[in-house]
Amino acid sequence: MTSLPRHSTGKKLGLVIDLDTCVGCHACAVNCKEWNTGGYMAPLTDERPYDSDPMGVWFNRVHAFEAGEGAQSRTVHFPRSCLHCAEPACVTVCPTGASYKRPEDGIVLVDESMCIGCKLCSWACPYGAREYDQREGVMKKCTLCIDRIYNENLEEIDRTPACVSTCPAGARHFGDLGDPESDVSKLVASRGGYDLMPEMGYKPVNKYLPPRPRKDVAGAVGCGTRMEPVAGEAKGLLGWIDRMLS
Amino acid sequence: MHPAYSIIFFTTASGAGYGLLFLLALAGAAGFPPADPWLGGVGFALALGLATAGLLSSTFHLGHPERAWRAISQWRSSWLSREGVAALVTYPAALIFAYGWVVEGRTGGLWALAGLVTAALCVVTVICTGMIYASLKPIRRWNNRWVLPNYLVLSLMTGAILLEALLIVFGQPLPVVAGLTPVAIVAAWLLKRAYWRFVDSEPGAASVESATGLGNLGKVRLLEPPNTSENYLQHEMGYQIARKHAAKLRRIVLVFAFAIPLALSLASLLVPAGVAAAAALLAVPSVALGVVIERWLFFAEARHAVTLYYGAAAA
Repeated sequence: MTSLPRHSTGKKLGLVIDLDTCVGCHACAVNCKEWNTGGYMAPLTDERPYDSDPMGVWFNRVHAFEAGEGAQSRTVHFPRSCLHCAEPACVTVCPTGASYKRPEDGIVLVDESMCIGCKLCSWACPYGAREYDQREGVMKKCTLCIDRIYNENLEEIDRTPACVSTCPAGARHFGDLGDPESDVSKLVASRGGYDLMPEMGYKPVNKYLPPRPRKDVAGAVGCGTRMEPVAGEAKGLLGWIDRMLS
Repeated sequence: MHPAYSIIFFTTASGAGYGLLFLLALAGAAGFPPADPWLGGVGFALALGLATAGLLSSTFHLGHPERAWRAISQWRSSWLSREGVAALVTYPAALIFAYGWVVEGRTGGLWALAGLVTAALCVVTVICTGMIYASLKPIRRWNNRWVLPNYLVLSLMTGAILLEALLIVFGQPLPVVAGLTPVAIVAAWLLKRAYWRFVDSEPGAASVESATGLGNLGKVRLLEPPNTSENYLQHEMGYQIARKHAAKLRRIVLVFAFAIPLALSLASLLVPAGVAAAAALLAVPSVALGVVIERWLFFAEARHAVTLYYGAAAA
């Protein structure tokens, strides 16, 4: 059913991505590929992987942008994946019912067995979350690792999306963004988390945390404004040499 | 957007087919052309043949054509699904009216009702086709008020040119159709110009600043894309080839889709029957070429918001 669920639990599982701490290492993208090529949406087909023009399905891609000019400009690493929107047009345009939004947690999924591979959902997504698998002939997308977050065979600490569990910088957070008391909601509130392309009206669940204001003077990171010499008057032989040379 | 040949053929052929079917059904129900079985037989075969060929062609680009039947299930939310339903529902109405015309030799009374239903369903189907594109917010060059009227009037125009050729070939020219054709061509011409004027001035659906949310830091530009060779998104949404020829191609569209058919349709009003037939027939390949290029441009010139993440200046 591609109509959006009329009744939901209010639960909105999603990610919070910290653009201040992301170092652009691509570990999230690689671990996502690693888990999901054997997970719910498997396989994440690669074509011509060892040729000069490889092409493959990835659910997570890390861009790097430059923002601002001159000395104030900065490099921002920018991971991009499905935002599990509250108003996902990728779901409503689906003619077969293969795409759906789960009422219980808001995760947007594709039932591959019903997908005809018309690609219209990927046209409807401004965020580039959906990638077509040419060999399987179906559309694929981020599942928010439903096969990890509810997986009772995993230790509780591992029941997070693969991208979150692997991030070495702690730049990715997973939780219920529908609950204002959750850790992720508090993080969004305290850091001024925002939506990508709010003008589209898709109401993305995932939020991005902006880079913190730049600290470009020593005082801003707790240093004194000027380094003072720590050694006092030299004594003995060195003192004598110092006096002779002065 | 990547201009898939199957989709270009689908939208142009089915557009012409439903345009012709609409006019045949409407004119038949109004009692204009006599219920000549040959005119009706060839006319309905051509109209339904074009629509069917277009619909079949649209399944060629599917990853799983054998599951295409599933596409009629989600008409509550999906314009693509609605189009499938409308196209299928048109068949029985059109076949009933065609039976009345070709076999029974009657287009009045209850048969006329079937004709009116057919005409209405043709309009609904083309509206659904146009709305598939007009409803996609990430593509500003489709998501605007000019797209739907363009689809409808181009469908009417191509249908009218086909019907005029048919009527002349069967020796039953109708002043109504002969008068309608140039009017439809001028209307389509003006609408296409208005559409192009809109797309040339639209600022895009979003900006790289809003796509990244980094606009408060200043101007945002791509430093490194996430992948070294082109991915699906870049191939499908970031189509760039031959956009540089857009201005020339637009002129070709103006000449072949509008100017030549208009001149020929006006000429056929004035010249003797034999020459008029030649003019009406000549308009068909001209408009076919023009409309195919028009549809190619509709796709190739469309810019998708996701390209902002891959270095596009605007989309």
